[in-house]
Amino acid sequence: MTQLIWLTIAFPIAGVLFNGLLGRRLGHRVVSVVGPLMVLASFVVGVGAFADLLARHGEAVNVPLWTWAAIGSFEVNLSLLVDPLSVLMVLVVTGVGFLIHVYATEYMVHKDESGHAHPDRDFARFFTFLNLFIASMLVLVLGNNYLMMYVGWELVGVCSYLLIGFWYDRPSEEQAPIDLGEGAEPVKLPPLLSPAASGMKAFIVNRVGDVGFALGVFLIWTTFGTLQFADVFSQVPHMAEAMPAVLSWIALLLFIGAMGKSAQIPLYVWLPDAMAGPTPVSALIHAATMVTAGVYMIVRSNVIYSHAPGVSMFVAVIGAVTALFAATIALVQVDLKRVLAYSTVSQLGYMFMAVGVGAYTAGMFHLTTHAFFKALLFLGAGSVMHALHDVIDIRRMGGLKNKMPVTWLTFWIGGLALAGFPLMSGFFSKDEILAKAFEASPVLWGIGVLTAGLTAFYTFRAIFIAFHGQPRDRHLYDHAHESGPAIRFALVVLAALALVGGVLGLPAFLGLPHALDSWLAPIYATGEHAAAAGEHGLSLGLELGLMATSATVAVLGIVVAYFFYVVNPAIPRRMARSLRPVFVLLANKYYVDELYNAVFVQPGLKLARGMAQGVDALLIDSVLVDGLARLVGQIGRQVSRLQTGYLRHYALATFIGVLILVGYFFLR
Amino acid sequence: MSQFLLSALLIIPLIGVALLVLIPRENKDVLRWTAFITTLVNFLVSLPLYFNFQSGAGYQFEEFAAWIPALNINYHLGVDGLSLFLVLLTTFLSAVAVLSSFSAITEQVKEYMALMLLLETAMLGVFVSLDLFLFYLFWEASLIPMALLIGRWGGERRIYASVKFIIYTMAGSALMLVAALVLYAWGGTSDLPVLLQTLDLPAWLQVWLFFAFALAFAVKVPLFPLHTWLPAAHVEAPTAGSIILAGVLLKMGTYGLMRFAIPLFPAAVPVWTPLLVTLAVIGIIYGALVALAQDAAKKLVAYSSVAHMGFIVLGIFSGGPQGMSAAVLQMVNHGLSTGMLFFMVGVLYEQRHSRLFSDYGGIWVKVPVFGVFFILAALSSVGLPGMNGFVGEFVILLGTFKVNWVAAAFGTFGIVLAAWYLLTAVRKLLFGPFNPANSGLRDMNGRELAIAVSLVVLFFVIGLFPQLFFKHITPATDALAERVNTTILAWR
Repeated sequence: MTQLIWLTIAFPIAGVLFNGLLGRRLGHRVVSVVGPLMVLASFVVGVGAFADLLARHGEAVNVPLWTWAAIGSFEVNLSLLVDPLSVLMVLVVTGVGFLIHVYATEYMVHKDESGHAHPDRDFARFFTFLNLFIASMLVLVLGNNYLMMYVGWELVGVCSYLLIGFWYDRPSEEQAPIDLGEGAEPVKLPPLLSPAASGMKAFIVNRVGDVGFALGVFLIWTTFGTLQFADVFSQVPHMAEAMPAVLSWIALLLFIGAMGKSAQIPLYVWLPDAMAGPTPVSALIHAATMVTAGVYMIVRSNVIYSHAPGVSMFVAVIGAVTALFAATIALVQVDLKRVLAYSTVSQLGYMFMAVGVGAYTAGMFHLTTHAFFKALLFLGAGSVMHALHDVIDIRRMGGLKNKMPVTWLTFWIGGLALAGFPLMSGFFSKDEILAKAFEASPVLWGIGVLTAGLTAFYTFRAIFIAFHGQPRDRHLYDHAHESGPAIRFALVVLAALALVGGVLGLPAFLGLPHALDSWLAPIYATGEHAAAAGEHGLSLGLELGLMATSATVAVLGIVVAYFFYVVNPAIPRRMARSLRPVFVLLANKYYVDELYNAVFVQPGLKLARGMAQGVDALLIDSVLVDGLARLVGQIGRQVSRLQTGYLRHYALATFIGVLILVGYFFLR
Repeated sequence: MSQFLLSALLIIPLIGVALLVLIPRENKDVLRWTAFITTLVNFLVSLPLYFNFQSGAGYQFEEFAAWIPALNINYHLGVDGLSLFLVLLTTFLSAVAVLSSFSAITEQVKEYMALMLLLETAMLGVFVSLDLFLFYLFWEASLIPMALLIGRWGGERRIYASVKFIIYTMAGSALMLVAALVLYAWGGTSDLPVLLQTLDLPAWLQVWLFFAFALAFAVKVPLFPLHTWLPAAHVEAPTAGSIILAGVLLKMGTYGLMRFAIPLFPAAVPVWTPLLVTLAVIGIIYGALVALAQDAAKKLVAYSSVAHMGFIVLGIFSGGPQGMSAAVLQMVNHGLSTGMLFFMVGVLYEQRHSRLFSDYGGIWVKVPVFGVFFILAALSSVGLPGMNGFVGEFVILLGTFKVNWVAAAFGTFGIVLAAWYLLTAVRKLLFGPFNPANSGLRDMNGRELAIAVSLVVLFFVIGLFPQLFFKHITPATDALAERVNTTILAWR
């Protein structure tokens, strides 16, 4: 199957063409079959490539496609790289992608009271875009050079733009203020951007990051004379001695791209607004796959990063700060999807902390488990929305566990995994990151543990409010119902993965092999860089101690959430009242959107208007260009007055002329 | 036949004009179809240029005939890697432009179509002439039909725009004529290949002659700050006029730089490069910002041309074959993408007689097919990978980065602004709540679809397989870059 790996891209492209050209005419049933089927076919090819690779012991194979450009020393041969890292990504993208496609076949159809199915107006367009995304993401992870990575990078960005703005005609929404009880003034919330505005914001913020990525690619070509991974990486050790600063610049510029795509400070602002898209999109693109592209990029470029220690530490710090920062915002969100969105930003921060300290395997491990449990949580949130006629405000939920047992149970599993509850998948991957972070710097570890506690708390805050207690909106509750088989299928499979995903990377002291680490070993620079996750410098006692700490913190977070939102709901309100400034700050997301708007967007628009009206229309066109034309016209008119038509004037002029000439000859 | 291929391309439109003269003016459809079939035949006749092109063999399909023997001025035609795709672009876009005017032009169809065909001959003449005076003749000749198209079939301020267009560009060309005469006096011939081989001008003279040529070309490009004739002309021009203006006429400027200014005066290139690169970069940022502030779709697209043409100039003066090759390809790309954007705006204008964003909004619901093609055109213009614009922009910036990373960094920032203004246009036209004033809007008809599909197919062919184009372009730009670099080394 290795040589046929291009089929993983070709199948979804076929789906794009089929559903895009014929989907409208053939109806939603045909689209519902073709869309997921194409992704399943990709997955099967991916599994085949995986089996081949296993038999080859991880040896990378290039599958050449065609020469894209050859201009002098700039030569790009498009080629697909089948190696442990790309195959892992292919399996995650197509596997989770397939489940989400299946889920969407039900989610994008609304049933009315009498059981009639009403597919979304643009059902075919939705699956067209979704298939296009899968193809784009596979270009990103399968390309064997930085150009293809950039191409995929931009393509997933445009799919994200199109899908966030999928319901392009919906307006922006007001959010009800948060009532703090006891006569305290309610806390106002900023309105939510419309889908169209959110999509545009996502694309433009991402493009800011892409400037860094593009410049990084240019610098790679200028430095190494090639964009092919293997050729670049083989020159890195030599270059690290000759020009270490250039390597750091490359690492930094690439990371700027990752900040955009993977929503890290300061470019994370687009991801929460991306929740305006349909929930399957949030699960697939904005949780499981696309947003992890930055992590993939750094792991792919691990040879460069391990030779740029300063930039790597910067990556780790940005990751840690983002993890904590986003987690604090998630504490007070009332929109279930936005809780999960900030959680995604935070967990991506975790992954960057991992790759920043050189724990590339741990980063990929968390990327994988996160894809399972976060996709599960988003799909669970979507299942709730589906049942509640698109209501996503947790203040209108409550007691849903009785109405939606499957959604509730699977959401719990996802929540436990996210919280890092012992033996869940998230526990192992998070723990590995924390252990590695501790080795690099106890401060990073401290931030990580604190974040873990907050994560457990806000996750279960949402769960307890939404699924437990008494219904807050009786009407919604009465009409709520468990979702149908397609949604339940996706939830159950992902829940199983979230439960057992940890086996990919069991801690070393158990004496079992760390599957992921031995799998990924071939992609790491050999020699100076020790990549093995199992072998770290921590003693067994310390490792167990760290593990116990993070487990305790996770459980503690859950317990506190239980007390706050089940046992005595008055406590959080009282706290919010007494810490009102902090609460308002968090509810307004630290006013970062307002800040960016005031510092970048509005001045940019003002500058544009100033240029258009002041410089272009007035200065250049009216004053300079038309002014010059007027001047010429004026001179012409003035000069033409000499031509009076009276013979005596001409005679006089001739006479004066003769006088001057004669005078000149006399006086010379 | 092959040895007269280029002459055939120049003559076929004139035959079309002769046919139009014979057809009674009441038979508007016959007139339209005659014009379209003429342009279509010309496009088909031009295709062998690509398929029979020998990569790297210098001038091809050459024709040579004495024209004014006493003055050693000749009818000398030929194409190479610089002009090949511009010829094809011209024949293709001429057919597109004629087809796009079937329903938009209802008055004086006969004169309109005749002018379109005359314009095609003039533009092709510019790209295939290898004699300086022949080139100048076609260069100036192309102004007249375009000025008449704007002045007769344009919008409200058409006379102002038309006069501005013709005076501005003619004033720009005046110095070029002087410089051409100086060149002729030195070389004793106006034959370009001969001049390139024999001419040995002192450096100071090269610097001034380069300036005179470059000024004419910079007005045409248009390079900031010589661009203000362009928005005026675009806003007033009929749709087909805008397609040709943005698609082909502007390329005459960048083509002229590469065909004449740089190879004839290589010693002047390092002198003028800093200024031209600076203006190009300013144009990229400035054009994008001004585009962002526009409230009418057509003006936005017009200013986007200022930004996009800035990329091309940047590539031409990047000093390497990467930037130059990509600049040539980007001329084609810009012609296709911007041509399509003008076409799409025209489809709306024909029905609603408004180009203001505020008169639209949410119309994707009403015109789903139009919406898809508009988004595709915008994304192509934004430079989305997989489509044409990306290839040009990315390789231009990559080539520029190697010699001037500051200019490349500013240019790369331009892609953020490009996304900003083009997605703003998409959002204001297609997204948001449906504006009921557009309830009468119809989706694209078969004729419009044929145009849109043919353009989009080319977007993807260029975007996915750019080597099909680079393989013919690169030998020519290699030679050009080589010529400049050896001269610079020699002068040092």
